[in-house]
Amino acid sequence: MQDIIRSIEDEHYRKDLPAFGPGDTVKVHTKVVEGTRERIQVYEGVVIKIRGAGLSRSFTVRRLTYGVAVERTFLLHSPKIARIEVTRRGKVRRAKLFYLRGLTGKKARVKEKGRF
Amino acid sequence: MTNRTQKSIMGIKVGMTQVFDDIGKAIPVTVVQAEPNVVLQKKKVATDGYDAIQVGFMNIREKLVNKPKTGIFTKARLKPCRHIREFKVNNVDDYEVGSEINSDIFSPGEVVDVVGTSKGKGFSGAVKRHNIARGAMGHGSKYHRRPGSLGAMGPARVFKGRKMPGQYGGDRITIQGLTIVKVYPEKNLILIKGAIPGPRKGLVQIKNSIKA
Repeated sequence: MQDIIRSIEDEHYRKDLPAFGPGDTVKVHTKVVEGTRERIQVYEGVVIKIRGAGLSRSFTVRRLTYGVAVERTFLLHSPKIARIEVTRRGKVRRAKLFYLRGLTGKKARVKEKGRF
Repeated sequence: MTNRTQKSIMGIKVGMTQVFDDIGKAIPVTVVQAEPNVVLQKKKVATDGYDAIQVGFMNIREKLVNKPKTGIFTKARLKPCRHIREFKVNNVDDYEVGSEINSDIFSPGEVVDVVGTSKGKGFSGAVKRHNIARGAMGHGSKYHRRPGSLGAMGPARVFKGRKMPGQYGGDRITIQGLTIVKVYPEKNLILIKGAIPGPRKGLVQIKNSIKA
């Protein structure tokens, strides 16, 4: 029975995305439809959460724009995502980086991983 | 009678997952495996008093079929089936005994009703069974999940239909107005948006909606 469900899900998995984890800085290229035109919007920030398994896996990216923090959650396998770029590997010691929410300025930084 | 096309198919609930549609939205779907249903018998007004087709689903060993049912299969010269149901159809003459009903009778976007047997919940209290409000669990309250007043003193009896504890679940449930998301005729699979009644491996009947 699970094989049947797996065969349906397999059609939707994205295999073209790079591996990334919490603490990494990523650029998410999303497809945005405006009227009839479709364009690509880039959203860059720190991955603070990855949750779920299988097709419903999602990740949250936090960024600071004009002093206002924005957190955006994406479905990892969504066809709306055109491309994901990893710009920086972060060195973190936990899976969920919610502590960044309480920090500002220099403290709200993630150390870069030594060896790339 | 209405002119609505009447079509039905029996299937087995496989489980739920999600798929992405063409604009990238995630849609929750239930997968139903509907292997070809075989027409076993045609019922007509002249002989039976009503029009319907009798349909079988899922093959089983001959040993498992009792004698009255064996009669149906030998008469139709067909392999025995586990489930037998009758479907109302527009015109019985459109069907032949031995012909198959496949999952491709439905197409994406079509609105359907799904009939199934809900999961059994056993003897349940009124909070779970009828969604009545419960009392406070703390702050000195001694009234937690009981059904409350059963009525006024006047009639000196409890009216019928009073919401009380009892057997919950295991009923025949029809969910109306669900949408077909996708059909895989070669795999005999139908994807229906949303949840449908019953456990996995439970028998369900998909029919076109009476309201759409």
